[in-house]
Amino acid sequence: MNAPPIEIRDLHKYFGELEVLRGISTTIQQGEVVCLLGPSGSGKSTLLRCVNRLEEATAGSILIEGEDITDEDADVDGLRTRIGMVFQQFNLFPHLTVLRNLRIAQRKVLGRPTDEATRIAEEMLERVGLSDKIDEHPSRLSGGQQQRVAIARALCMNPDMMLFDEPTSALDPELIGEVLDVMRELAEAGMTMLVVTHEMGFALQVADRVIFMDEGVIVEEGPPNEVLRNPAHDRTKRFLRAIEVE
Amino acid sequence: MASEAVLRQRRRQRLGRGAMYGLLGLVVAAMVFFADWEQIRKSFFNVEIIKDMFPEVVTVGARNTIIYTALAFALGIVWALGLALMKLSSVAPYRWFATAYIELFRGLPALITIILVGFGLPLAFGWSIPGGTLGKGAIGLGIVAAAYMAETIRAGIQAVPRGQMEAARSLGMSSGTAMTYIMLPQAFRIIIPPLTNELVLLIKDTSLLFVLGSTPQSKELTKFARDVMAAKVNATPLTVVAVMYLLITLPLTYLVRKLERKAEAEKR
Repeated sequence: MNAPPIEIRDLHKYFGELEVLRGISTTIQQGEVVCLLGPSGSGKSTLLRCVNRLEEATAGSILIEGEDITDEDADVDGLRTRIGMVFQQFNLFPHLTVLRNLRIAQRKVLGRPTDEATRIAEEMLERVGLSDKIDEHPSRLSGGQQQRVAIARALCMNPDMMLFDEPTSALDPELIGEVLDVMRELAEAGMTMLVVTHEMGFALQVADRVIFMDEGVIVEEGPPNEVLRNPAHDRTKRFLRAIEVE
Repeated sequence: MASEAVLRQRRRQRLGRGAMYGLLGLVVAAMVFFADWEQIRKSFFNVEIIKDMFPEVVTVGARNTIIYTALAFALGIVWALGLALMKLSSVAPYRWFATAYIELFRGLPALITIILVGFGLPLAFGWSIPGGTLGKGAIGLGIVAAAYMAETIRAGIQAVPRGQMEAARSLGMSSGTAMTYIMLPQAFRIIIPPLTNELVLLIKDTSLLFVLGSTPQSKELTKFARDVMAAKVNATPLTVVAVMYLLITLPLTYLVRKLERKAEAEKR
């Protein structure tokens, strides 16, 4: 029996005195697309960053395909190769060309030979529609293009699941669509995805489930149609009203 | 009314500037009339002595200055990188050691460190660093240079955005791999101008190596000049080596300016 990609058990996280995650438990199934929603400061980005241990959980555990990544002896680097991560600020390596951005972790982490790494990089770049930018430096690309390259870079590692931390929040409005399109295609191809986002349209159309968080707890979760159209909790209603006004 | 006030102010400014030019003219005229040009020529620009100094001032003096600098810089930068990484380490004793080292050797005169390496160690342990002036000098200067460069490198690493490390780690890179391929290449781009400045300082500091004594073949520029000065009882060698130092340092400072301007342009 295959363990689920991500299983979060009673996760707590403190920043000093402040408890930002107060007992989060949820399981992400194979091929499931889950959107994490909630006001800023609700802990959703922290939760996402705990999943690949960019933040250390204070208590509780996170099982990646059955292996506890919060364990002291966990092979964190090895587990991370199975978890693709996309950041709000793209975080492409500015001193490397697009091709080298896509190749370096394949070479240095997976030990793939250069020609194989190049072939995979070209394939992934085609998937995000940026084959013609292969020799550019990131600074020559628009924000939307940089984010698509960042997605391709994560895909080059053949991850079993992808984490997106507000992938469109740093983009000009007219560039958001191209990134969401790539993410939609990825979801349709069956990728397991955990997405922190404010894009309600994307959550409605693409997500299998949305999780609404506030003040470090899961307030409610369920199919996007129910949670977004007919929320059960006042806090969810207030949040949805507030972003509609925007 | 107002315009009259402006006019008056302008006139006052013009008068002030005129006075400054006048004073400058007087000083220059006084120098021209009263300075003993013949004496200056004989003491600082004696053609015979200049001719006598070549080619050794280049083949021995400048050559040794460059060799001492290069070796000290090479030792210093490797050691500095180690110190910088220690200073950023999550292991507290490493940080303490790096901090203590950096504060100690930046706080002491370089001359003290050189004397310590050259004479202190042999006195204390009856053992001396091999390689004569070159070995002792390069290590003494390298120890000091490392303390300065470590802070520069640390600042460079910290100037690379945090997200770069996070992106590298989330691709499965170990912290060492991420440091080597992602952080350091970007850090060094940032710190090439300040590091070149350290190199210029180091070139000038090789003049301190005279304390270690020297053979005719191991003199650097300053020692070379002092020996010729003593032999000829004349100050001309100072002029010659000053020009030699400038020939080495000015292209480097020019390079730093160019690199800084290039870095500025890339930021935009």
